Amino acid sequence: MPRLFLFIPLALFVVLGAFLWKGLSLDPNAMPSALIGKPFPSFKLPSVEQPDRILTNADFAGKPVLVNVWATWCPSCRQEHSDLLAIAAQHKLDIIGLDYKDERPAATTWLNDLGNPYLFTIFDEQGLLGLDLGVFGAPETYLVDAQGIVRFRHVGTITPDVWDKVQELANVK
Amino acid sequence: MLNKSGLSLLGLWLLLASINATAAIDVYQFSNDSDRVRFHQLTGELRCPKCQNQNIADSNAPIAQDLRTKIQAMLTEKKTDAEIIDYMIDRYGDFVLYQPRVDRRTWLLWFGPAALLILGIIVVVLISRRNASKNTADKLAVNTLDTQQQKQIESLLNDTGNHSS
Repeated sequence: MPRLFLFIPLALFVVLGAFLWKGLSLDPNAMPSALIGKPFPSFKLPSVEQPDRILTNADFAGKPVLVNVWATWCPSCRQEHSDLLAIAAQHKLDIIGLDYKDERPAATTWLNDLGNPYLFTIFDEQGLLGLDLGVFGAPETYLVDAQGIVRFRHVGTITPDVWDKVQELANVK
Repeated sequence: MLNKSGLSLLGLWLLLASINATAAIDVYQFSNDSDRVRFHQLTGELRCPKCQNQNIADSNAPIAQDLRTKIQAMLTEKKTDAEIIDYMIDRYGDFVLYQPRVDRRTWLLWFGPAALLILGIIVVVLISRRNASKNTADKLAVNTLDTQQQKQIESLLNDTGNHSS
């Protein structure tokens, strides 16, 4: 029996090694959203395209939508833009833009030059809605269901994998 | 070993380093000192969501600046520390806490070290007890052997005594 005790350090080492090995493949940037399963924060902000138009949650109630956080100062957003146009062209889900801490002329130019995948774009100049959403970098994409509940959040550009997952969650595949 | 130019380089580096170190400090106005103390405490123990291993106080990330401004605004609105921390958790999750809350998922984190310490003490006590009892047993064994030998010696002595008489 005491001989078996000699294997305790080896067993501990193996267990520790397994945890550390798993740790190597974890993404330190992956952060669960605190908002999953909670209602999309209420907001009242102007549109980028029509400064006089005030947008609220009611503007996308009743159907699942993607909310895409972007800004003209964000290089990855430019990279992501063509993918968003492709997604919009599939007509499976409406995409709502959220222009985060940006300037209106630059944003308007962006939409005119690169194309506009958004049903409309919320102009969050101060980043207040971004703060309520827990945005910590653009681009970020949220899936909001018909009841206005956040179902999914992705930080970073939309990849085909992410789009697959979103379609499954939204039942539009 | 530093020559003159090396020294001046070092001096320049120190100068630049100190500029860098103060870059994150903005000017925040507080109506009283306790708010200022709470501000430093809160920004010190809340983690910047963007930058992994910096608190809100030290980070230069735009989001950290926004959160500092937000915390200052909430302090001015007379919000309690708990309200401010809840506000952050509602948005960024437990990730922002450098002092994780005590709940079922963090029991291991909070009580694990103490449990390991107690386990270690138990093991040490058990081992030392076992050694101690083994030692006394050894001593007893030596003693019994001695008494046996003593008796043998005595009987031998007695035998020789009988023969001689």
